Amino acid sequence: MNFTATLHIALLALRVNKMRSALTMLGIIIGVAAVIIMIAVGGGAQARVEDQIRSLGSNIIMVLSGSMTSGGARGGIGSQPTIFEDDAYAMGREIEEIQAAAPTLRGNGQVVSGNTNWSTIFYGITPDYLEVREWAIVEGRGFEPAEMSGAGKVVLIGQTVAKNIFGDASPLDQVVRVRKVPLTVIGVLDRKGQSMTGQDQDDLILIPISTARKRILGAAQAKSRSVSSIMVKVRQGADMNDADQRMRELLRQRHRLQQGQDDDFFVRNLSEILQAQEASSKVMTLLLAAVASVSLLVGGIGIMNIMLVSVTERTREIGLRMAVGARARDILTQFLVEAVTLSLIGGAIGILLGISGATAIAELAGWRTELSGSSIVLAAGFAGAVGIFFGYYPAKKASRLLPIEALRYE
Amino acid sequence: MAEALIRVEELAKEYRMGSNVVPALCGVSLDIAAGEFVAVMGPSGSGKSTFMNLLGCLDHPSGGRYWLDGQEVSQLSGDELARVRNRKLGFVFQHFNLLARTSALDNVSLPLLYSEMPPTERKRHAEQRLAQVGLAQRMDHHPAQLSGGQQQRVAIARALVNDPQLVLADEPTGALDSHTSVEIMALLQQLNREGITIVLVTHEHDVAHFAGRIITFRDGKIIEDKTNVANDAAAQLQ
Ligand SMILES: Nc1ncnc2c1ncn2[C@@H]1O[C@H](COP(=O)(O)OP(=O)(O)OP(=O)(O)O)[C@@H](O)[C@H]1O
Ligand SMILES: [Mg+2]
Repeated sequence: MNFTATLHIALLALRVNKMRSALTMLGIIIGVAAVIIMIAVGGGAQARVEDQIRSLGSNIIMVLSGSMTSGGARGGIGSQPTIFEDDAYAMGREIEEIQAAAPTLRGNGQVVSGNTNWSTIFYGITPDYLEVREWAIVEGRGFEPAEMSGAGKVVLIGQTVAKNIFGDASPLDQVVRVRKVPLTVIGVLDRKGQSMTGQDQDDLILIPISTARKRILGAAQAKSRSVSSIMVKVRQGADMNDADQRMRELLRQRHRLQQGQDDDFFVRNLSEILQAQEASSKVMTLLLAAVASVSLLVGGIGIMNIMLVSVTERTREIGLRMAVGARARDILTQFLVEAVTLSLIGGAIGILLGISGATAIAELAGWRTELSGSSIVLAAGFAGAVGIFFGYYPAKKASRLLPIEALRYE
Repeated sequence: MAEALIRVEELAKEYRMGSNVVPALCGVSLDIAAGEFVAVMGPSGSGKSTFMNLLGCLDHPSGGRYWLDGQEVSQLSGDELARVRNRKLGFVFQHFNLLARTSALDNVSLPLLYSEMPPTERKRHAEQRLAQVGLAQRMDHHPAQLSGGQQQRVAIARALVNDPQLVLADEPTGALDSHTSVEIMALLQQLNREGITIVLVTHEHDVAHFAGRIITFRDGKIIEDKTNVANDAAAQLQ
């Protein structure tokens, strides 16, 4: 007897018991859909982290103003101005591994244009900042040297600010006021999306660091050269730890710290944090997939259960088939093909359900999901394997029946 | 004398029930020639069904030998027996044993699914046999949509579909009323006239008298084996 005949027999038998077939498939459908959805959700989370790494720019090290020990009391990060613009320039000049070091001065304020306003943060920067963050200007231009040295009244704005202040109109050459200082918009930044902490990275404005110091932050800052942070980009291929080490040495030397004295600055390696997060989101994807696989397994046990019941229920049918010439292996293949057919059809429906489910989650819950071809192939393969694995025992049991005993079964 | 279609020598079957042994058949020897119509009678528990199951290659004897169509089948493996059943035998059961929710046509073609016949041939054969038993109009009906007599006709068509040499019928009229029984017997007589050897078990003398030879069992042995002048079932129906 050939395979098409077996398939024919199995399909006939499945059609005769539509309800039972459908119920058997249900477990597989749910299992496969769950696997696909879980992997899509996990993949989405992972892709988000990867995007963040990309949006931050790779190989970033942050230097933050640290605590100064004064009379035993230690302040927190940034409690004292301890790093300076010149520290950044020195790092850029003297440390080979560093491609660019961007000093920034941070503040927040209301951006006002006409009768609209928007509360945001601003950074006083040098052009190095855009290089470090690999941030492009999609409209307009960047700061010119004269504007950098002369505290030019110009501003680059993020997408969120542009949208909230100007709507669909072009912001270029418009004048906005920040802390009463009129600034001309000369460019709009590319979209960056959410940061790893869920902050909107496009909700900011950038101004020359001299402008921030002299015109906006006021008297306290005007004479100082201190900065909030220095963002450092390490050269492609250079060792992050080496760069980190040399930065610390240079800063300690510049700040005249004695042996044994604590650093008066903090160094944060952001890409490391993100990479750790990426690794953990990978683990989460695996975990989700594992949990979903359990439901596939339960679906498989469901197949075995119903197939076993079906073998008992159909004992006389098996006896009859044997009486008219079915060999043990014909019965074995018939039940195996039935189980595999059920799990494959169930798997196919599960795949469709999984794809639409993942899409629905993305639409309704706003989670990012990432459907992957490999997860679909995996789920389909797993469904088939489940069919064979859990179908084998009942099929074997059916094929072991003796024709006369099966026929006489009440 | 030509080679017998069935030859059994000292055929025995005992069932083991825990420690005690139930002898169901105790050394039966006989020949049945091709073309005979044999009725097997005897009280309940006398071993008729046991004997039929051995003839039908559905069970292994515990002793003795059995030749079917010149081939010794008592030593064959399960798969080889399946092949013999598929090629040479047809079965008719008391309770029809049709597949539920399956059309008459699919029921009849079932034995062909286990042969090498291509699908179109299968359909043609099954249709032919259904027409032969007078059910050409009922091909798509499910068993539940057929009367008992019609269901037994479907079962007979199924027994015939592989062109068997021997049809074995264990109480084929046991679940039918007397008129329908005669109809079924007329059909079997018709087939016998066309050359098919038939062995049937029955409790009813009326039914047995449509056969040309009546064998009587008691306690697992043959106690009587006589020829019979067969009544014509078709004539009785008129
Ligand atoms: N599977 C079995 N296990 C144990 N004993 C059995 C089995 N099948 C039959 N027997 C015994 O073998 C003997 C013969 O049984 P068999 O079914 O051949 O009788 P029978 O002549 O067909 O009876 P009936 O007319 O009631 O159908 C009986 O004593 C029965 O109890
Ligand atoms: Mg019996």
